[in-house]
Amino acid sequence: MTVLLSIGTGKGLFLATSSDDRKFWEVSGPHFPMTGVYAVAIDKRRGSPRLLAGITSSHFGPSVATSDDLGGSWDEPDHAPVAFPERTGTALERVWQIAPGPADQPERVYAGTQPSALFVSDDGGRTYDFVDGLWDHPHRPNWGAGFGGQAVHTVLPDPRDPAAVLVAMSTGGVYRTADAGANWSASNTGIKAYFLPDPFPEYGQCVHKVARDAANPDRLYIQNHHGVYRSDDAGATWQSIADGLPTDFGFAMVAHPHRADVIYNFPIKADGRRFPPDERCRVYRSSDGGTSWEALSDGLPEEPFYPTVLRDAMCVDDVDPAGVYFGTRSGEVYASRDEGDSWSQVAAHLPDILCVRAATV
Amino acid sequence: MTVTIWVPGMLRTETEGAAHVTVAAEGGTLGAVLDELADRWPRLERRIRDERGELRRYVNVYIDGDDCRSLAGQDSPVPAGAEIQVVPSVAGG
Repeated sequence: MTVLLSIGTGKGLFLATSSDDRKFWEVSGPHFPMTGVYAVAIDKRRGSPRLLAGITSSHFGPSVATSDDLGGSWDEPDHAPVAFPERTGTALERVWQIAPGPADQPERVYAGTQPSALFVSDDGGRTYDFVDGLWDHPHRPNWGAGFGGQAVHTVLPDPRDPAAVLVAMSTGGVYRTADAGANWSASNTGIKAYFLPDPFPEYGQCVHKVARDAANPDRLYIQNHHGVYRSDDAGATWQSIADGLPTDFGFAMVAHPHRADVIYNFPIKADGRRFPPDERCRVYRSSDGGTSWEALSDGLPEEPFYPTVLRDAMCVDDVDPAGVYFGTRSGEVYASRDEGDSWSQVAAHLPDILCVRAATV
Repeated sequence: MTVTIWVPGMLRTETEGAAHVTVAAEGGTLGAVLDELADRWPRLERRIRDERGELRRYVNVYIDGDDCRSLAGQDSPVPAGAEIQVVPSVAGG
């Protein structure tokens, strides 16, 4: 068994592989040097896994590249794979999320972008079409930009229904479609936007990440810009699950790959104090859907720790027991091969880490 | 008539390693030259202009040594035999 850990950084993509059940990792790269790799995906719905990378050169703009030989070679179409239509008067700034579709739609891949828009591919992620319905939503002129820009950073297809997709954006919040993207509804009931005059608006929240429960597709988890929430009704309403955490700020939220109610989070003190609580490197895990949380730090640095973990810089693999991974803005990557109980360092001294994804290949 | 476009090292993966390419310049403007470039070398052109056809912010294009932004941008005239340089600007960290 080989596990591939794909590490998107501010200056290129690194690939780590382990062939000894995730004890030793060999790191190669950078692929696409000097590009920001904000989105990676490992799509296993075909005979040989396809790697996808959303890359952005500060000089030469954004693109999406694919590899069908585990990073040995990369391919891009001649024409821009993700491009805004002329009627929008807009140009793509960055692809923030690449999300393979449901298992029964093996060629479908979604891309969430900056500025906030959704694109859909039906050729396995090589080229994408613009989703008009989200762009034409009457709320769009009021969607704002956080420090990272205005982006759809989360796309969650419903594994049961190819017409149902959830997206999240900063700022704007959660939107859902039930008709394959033609119509979208804001879905933020219960999520706070403390930075707005009405702290519980219909939309405008700064949702940082949404994860879907492994066993119950109607159960979703959010790390918000202050606030951690769970929905048990597919996103219609949200309830706080922050009480057991040391703080309700952070960026990452990850669900276990196959166990119900198990989620991972990397808390950060506050919007205005973006350091881990107590300056300690700790992952928090809940095994009861967020009702209670436990700190995990065995094998993680014990000295004062200041880096943060960005919204896509934590992930799980598809092994049993599950591997859990996170990368820091200081270029360190840590892995657990026992569901978070203990950790070891995969890499250090990389550029700032923007995203990680892992799977057996 | 043709013009020569000099390609920076970072973009030569898009020209099969060539340091320069030659394209027709029938329209007489930089925009027309880049349109011709898009036909022959589409992946090179899309690194230089976005999907609106606008020059990317941190790419500079010189026509016989003059920055096109100090001329008329993509409306700048391009004489026959001109040399066009594509140069990444100083950006990043």
